Amino acid sequence: MTESATNNSKSSAKGILLKIVRNQLFIPLAALLLLVLFNLFTDPGFFDIVLKPSSTGSLILSGNLITIIDNASELVILAIGMTLVTSASGGQDISVGATIAIAGSTVLRIVKTQASDIPGGKFAGIIIISFLLCVVVSAAFGAFNGALVAFFKIQPMVATLILFTAGRSIAAWINNNDNISINDNRFGYFGNFIPGIPVPTPVFITVICLIVIAVVLKLTNLRLYSQSVGINASSSRLNGINPKMIKLLTFVILGVCVAVCGFIKVSRTSSITYSVIANNIEMDAILAVALGGNNLGGGKFNLTASVIGAYVIQFLTTTLYKFKEIDSSSISAYKAVVVILLIIISSPYIRKRFDDLKNKRLAAKAQANVGKEAN
Amino acid sequence: MENGAVLEMRGICKYFPGVRALEQVDFTLREGEIHALMGENGAGKSTLIKVLTGVYPKDGGDVTLAGTPVHIKSPQDAQNKGIATVYQEITLCPNLTVAENMYIGRTKGPFTDWVKMNKKAEALLDELEIPAYPTEQLGNCSIAVQQMVAIARAVDMECKVLILDEPTSSLDEQEVVKLFKLMRNLKEKGVGIIFVTHFLEQVYEVCDRITVLRDGKLVGEYIIEDLPRVKLVSKMLGKDFDDMADIKSDSDAANTDLDGTPVYEAINLTGTTGIKPFNFQIHKGEVNGFTGLLGSGRSESVRAIFGADRVVGGKVMINGVPVKIRKPLDAMKHGISYLPEDRKLDGIVGDLSVRDNIILALQVMKGFFKPFSRAQAEKFADEYIKLLNIKTASQDTPIKSLSGGNQQKVILARWLLANPQYLILDEPTRGIDVGTKVEIQKLVLKLAAEGKSITFISSEIDEMVRTCSRLIVMRDGKVVGELKGDDLNQNKIMATIAGGESK
Repeated sequence: MTESATNNSKSSAKGILLKIVRNQLFIPLAALLLLVLFNLFTDPGFFDIVLKPSSTGSLILSGNLITIIDNASELVILAIGMTLVTSASGGQDISVGATIAIAGSTVLRIVKTQASDIPGGKFAGIIIISFLLCVVVSAAFGAFNGALVAFFKIQPMVATLILFTAGRSIAAWINNNDNISINDNRFGYFGNFIPGIPVPTPVFITVICLIVIAVVLKLTNLRLYSQSVGINASSSRLNGINPKMIKLLTFVILGVCVAVCGFIKVSRTSSITYSVIANNIEMDAILAVALGGNNLGGGKFNLTASVIGAYVIQFLTTTLYKFKEIDSSSISAYKAVVVILLIIISSPYIRKRFDDLKNKRLAAKAQANVGKEAN
Repeated sequence: MENGAVLEMRGICKYFPGVRALEQVDFTLREGEIHALMGENGAGKSTLIKVLTGVYPKDGGDVTLAGTPVHIKSPQDAQNKGIATVYQEITLCPNLTVAENMYIGRTKGPFTDWVKMNKKAEALLDELEIPAYPTEQLGNCSIAVQQMVAIARAVDMECKVLILDEPTSSLDEQEVVKLFKLMRNLKEKGVGIIFVTHFLEQVYEVCDRITVLRDGKLVGEYIIEDLPRVKLVSKMLGKDFDDMADIKSDSDAANTDLDGTPVYEAINLTGTTGIKPFNFQIHKGEVNGFTGLLGSGRSESVRAIFGADRVVGGKVMINGVPVKIRKPLDAMKHGISYLPEDRKLDGIVGDLSVRDNIILALQVMKGFFKPFSRAQAEKFADEYIKLLNIKTASQDTPIKSLSGGNQQKVILARWLLANPQYLILDEPTRGIDVGTKVEIQKLVLKLAAEGKSITFISSEIDEMVRTCSRLIVMRDGKVVGELKGDDLNQNKIMATIAGGESK
């Protein structure tokens, strides 16, 4: 009987609609769609993409959509790590902005020592070394956060508050608080365009990151383990999982994500401002996870939803920037209003209302079936 | 309206997606009676309670309170109408004092007269003979006292209907006695008590009437004297009940090999959880058990065997080969499975699907880098859902939405899938219905017959006697006796537990 009732719901259009509405991807996708429609109506030319020569002379794609996808790169990459940390530890890392500063500073420390006219092969070597070093450094800081959370059982937000506070000072200290600016324009390839390729490089880097995490989730039990640890650590331990190591691992993965972001960030401007780089990005990253309908208390997660959430946030920011009437300093306030709405819609309370709606319908159906059986 | 009825429920219906949870159920509670609500898991007890307390809206039927038809909109509404519920899990705040817990949410205005509140609380605690001080922190009281405080809170709200949902499942015997005293006390004051429990003995000890539900339908209402135990069980199961008495008879032919090398042997195993070092061994195809009062160390012993708690000393041999078991994974790799005592805290992974919960242990043993394919996982889950007759809407259903007995079967499935040579079951039958209990006991004997070694722990001694061929008796963290053969009877076990050394 259970089956027949579910089948009934599947077959009816209303049932399908409810199923879509209840899907975790629905709210971020709907928000994205709304933003698209809004922009389409207010500015039909919003989505125009043109191929035009850049300042260096090569042809590049240009348009709002490209800007959004390009600028969202760091946020998307961070959202991956943040989702995993949230799942396993039931908390969030608020130090990612500060660790991005550290990661970026590390890269510059290596690259700045080189003259700008070294040959390509040697330059590539330096880039790889600087990137690997920045991965190691970020992962180490991630492990530091993870260790505080996993072994000392400090709440993630409190544990990461340490680096949140100290991170930018550490970043400045790495380069003796110098204002660094890299003159070699090859260094800017990673945050801007590679000559001859019309798509911004961060987009490729993001795609690579997404593929890597998809493969990792496919080939390992990262999803099962971190969800299991996030839902019930005690039970996970008795099933042979080491909850501490899993929590630590998610923080290290987030550290690697941070390293990639830091690298993109400094490449974008070929310089660093310690107190400003990636400012407040941690909040946007957490927001992306929440917008994706993921439970910030840990447990089950949907990475795709987080990624879409990240794009929604960037889309929203860019949309708001387009309004000349809005002072750039007050954008945050406007953003907050939209975010509040989105968060309310994706809140467990509203979701439960959707569920109730569905259950009511199914219950009515079951009742009808009972009547039929009785006859 | 029946005379003296404080609560009447007529023709209650409740439907869930695809399930008739309640179908035309009647229930009557009279003033000053203790009324047991019995039925297997999934019979509709909890649903009926939840309808009554306003957690679920009903889909049909009428509720009458003391002759007045009422519509209960929410748990708060139920409370205001004089229906109080005390759940199995304590729903009070352990970090507040006893008095604060009794009056939380019920003070008027922004100011509280603490002195007066504590005085009132003390008077009530005295009256109900609850051994607690108003200013004591609730978390420091025993579970039983906490439960009594919850009841006191309900009583003080002048409830006419008191619902006790499995109040005794985490209490030891003396605590149960205290609780029953309180219940009788309240009964004399005219409170109608609905008592939901799985313990048959307790029903016969305190209840006046029994209402039996099965498959969401009313089986009947009986005065306790008219319904002997066997009949009650057969009514709950809907079949004649001769299973229980002789499940062991076909197991004596088990291929127990008591002379060979033990499958598992521990010498001077020392844990850190307050148990004395102990020796233990189990042979192929043997079912043995640890028994003793709550807190005697029986769970701690098996946890030490599994490496669930830190082990600091002792020698362990699997099939005669010395091994080191430091953490659960070591034990699992040596073919030991452990079904923990606290299903909710240590067993299930609530939000995960039934499928993920089933494959979890085997998956972990297989390794982090070798996930099962979806198809393989589905096959495993299907196989065990069928084998253990797990009632679930689908494999993807989160385990937390299953009934207690079915959750336990999923955990059992998890450990059977791991295909252990030695299976430890700590209270596998706690808080689940009689039918599933028998199923699990039978399964244990069947597994033993197939050559698996099993350690079985249960609070119900007759259950242990039925399933185990050897009992290790513990008291105060120490092994105080080992019983087998003719010594395996209630009296002898009781005497050993109590400390009357064998003469």
